[in-house]
Amino acid sequence: MRTLSRNTAAGSAPQHAPAAPAAPPVIAVRDVRISDRVTDREIVHGVGFELTPGKAVGIVGESGSGKTLTCRAVLGILPPHFEVSGGSVEIDGTDIATLTPRQWTALRGTTVGAVFQDPASYLNPSIRVGAQIAEVIRVKKGVKRREARRQALELLRAVRLRDPELVYGQYTYELSGGMLQRVLIAAAIAVEPRALIADEATTALDVTVQAEILDLLAELRERTGLALVVVSHDLAVVAQLCDEVLVMRQGEVVEQGPTHSVLHDPQHAYTRLLMAEHEQYGLDKFLTPKEAS
Amino acid sequence: MTTASPEARPAGKEAGAPAPVLAVEGLEVRYGRGRRGRSALRDVSLSVAPGETVGVIGETGSGKSTLARAVLGLVRASAGSIRVGGEEVTGYGNRRWRALRRRGIVQYVFQDPLRSLDPDLTIEDSLIEPLLIQGVERTEAVDRARAFLDRVHLSAELLGRLPGELSGGQRQRVAVARALVTEPALVILDEPVSALDSANRVQVLEILKELRAAGTSLVFISHDLGSIAGTADRIAVLYRGELVEVGAARDVINHPRHVYTRLLVGSAPTLHARTADRSEREALRARLAG
Ligand SMILES: Nc1ncnc2c1ncn2[C@@H]1O[C@H](COP(=O)(O)OP(=O)(O)OP(=O)(O)O)[C@@H](O)[C@H]1O
Ligand SMILES: Nc1ncnc2c1ncn2[C@@H]1O[C@H](COP(=O)(O)OP(=O)(O)OP(=O)(O)O)[C@@H](O)[C@H]1O
Ligand SMILES: [Mg+2]
Ligand SMILES: [Mg+2]
Repeated sequence: MRTLSRNTAAGSAPQHAPAAPAAPPVIAVRDVRISDRVTDREIVHGVGFELTPGKAVGIVGESGSGKTLTCRAVLGILPPHFEVSGGSVEIDGTDIATLTPRQWTALRGTTVGAVFQDPASYLNPSIRVGAQIAEVIRVKKGVKRREARRQALELLRAVRLRDPELVYGQYTYELSGGMLQRVLIAAAIAVEPRALIADEATTALDVTVQAEILDLLAELRERTGLALVVVSHDLAVVAQLCDEVLVMRQGEVVEQGPTHSVLHDPQHAYTRLLMAEHEQYGLDKFLTPKEAS
Repeated sequence: MTTASPEARPAGKEAGAPAPVLAVEGLEVRYGRGRRGRSALRDVSLSVAPGETVGVIGETGSGKSTLARAVLGLVRASAGSIRVGGEEVTGYGNRRWRALRRRGIVQYVFQDPLRSLDPDLTIEDSLIEPLLIQGVERTEAVDRARAFLDRVHLSAELLGRLPGELSGGQRQRVAVARALVTEPALVILDEPVSALDSANRVQVLEILKELRAAGTSLVFISHDLGSIAGTADRIAVLYRGELVEVGAARDVINHPRHVYTRLLVGSAPTLHARTADRSEREALRARLAG
């Protein structure tokens, strides 16, 4: 069952035909295992999910459980001496193991984009941020400089930066963490990828800024069919955005299923623990049921 | 508790209320001088009753830490007044502020846990330092330090270690214990759980609840609404240097009045109860921006 607009009741436009014949997945991860080649130890013991256009999959779980390694495997950027030792990743139907470096470069950015937790390390500190985004657009879309600049400004506006013209000309050190994260998201969606991997992309942000970015992703998903992989250690973040959730612990997927059923009827003890920790001091506990207003 | 008037109101004016531990009125704090100066707090009035826990929430840069610093005399008020335990301290110079801090009536747990503890001092030395400054004998100070370590559920085995040899959660609990050894009437905690994972966070919050039950007044600063909701009696909301709302914790969360508070509550990710949907947040943002 696909319930694309479950969390956005007010905006539940019927643009998605109900139960449309499943589109082919943008990303298909099948029983992926990741090993450390040096120690010959398997770190991730089998992860699988299918990401069709407009779908959002969440990965939650304890620190060190392999969430980031899984994302890196999908993007073909595992750290040195790690390898996919079992299973497969397909992007647009092509097994990524068969891709040449040049084919990879073409896919990354255009088909799959990524945003990681530490935005500063993905931008060049000595080039103005706007110029960096414009350059990506110019190269990948083959448009003129002027047009690239116009599109970059539009993107900075789309990620709700208050003064896009000003930010365009600034350097990374002049921007706050929240602003940088938005710039990085602008860069990631610049060439309209069909899937976006967001690994703890909002963890360091203020709740209101986090909500702004999650809302932007939800909107892109509805408007452009962007597919999402959202990694967070906060179950509630994933609950807000995702149709399906994977709960990871020590390299293992201990539970996987539609977000709604995992949250309402968690099967694994670890999922229950995660929920209990959240609920003890999550806002849910202190909210009286909202009256209709 | 009545929360009659809609927005920020001078608190602590209720007839017959016990004398507040802290009373701040019309506080303004500026950073920088002359025309380049900017006010970080404007006309902030807030009081804390004995045994009360007040949560202070607000976005990055809203002035939460500045408020804490002003109450400790670490930055100067450019207008308004501050009374600590009934003592008017607003006009104090550095020397009198230091003397006041030494008496340990108000203690502060810094936002950055590394700043609350000297990295070169053992946990024991860190804990007894405030007592030695007060003139307590070393052996007695050590005894008391052990008792307080126990209160934050840490074992006395840690006394000989350096802060760098503790986990983040343990370090934060030591910082809380250090703030408690002088048996202050008021403890100000600046983001005590933000850097902690959920298990450690729950532990520190439980300790705060025990303190509150034991009668210590707390000012708990955080941008995490859930943590505040679970510990505070009242919540004060700072937005761009102004106190935009104060009220009973449950009221502020369930019936936020100010647009910013409504956005804040509606932005907190929740598992089941929906606080707002995207279009509601969108409308609130537009109202704040316009
Ligand atoms: N570059 C690396 N070199 C060596 N070990 C690594 C590297 N990256 C990850 N690991 C190890 O692989 C395991 C999985 O790490 P991963 O980063 O995927 O965890 P995670 O689930 O993303 O955790 P977190 O929530 O803390 O980000 C961990 O034990 C980690 O220590
Ligand atoms: N020492 C300083 N000199 C100049 N400006 C400062 C100084 N300290 C803080 N400010 C400014 O005062 C305002 C309030 O800062 P403050 O640290 O009180 O915010 P905060 O609410 O604690 O934020 P956070 O949630 O990020 O800790 C901000 O605009 C900040 O840039
Ligand atoms: Mg990670
Ligand atoms: Mg602060």
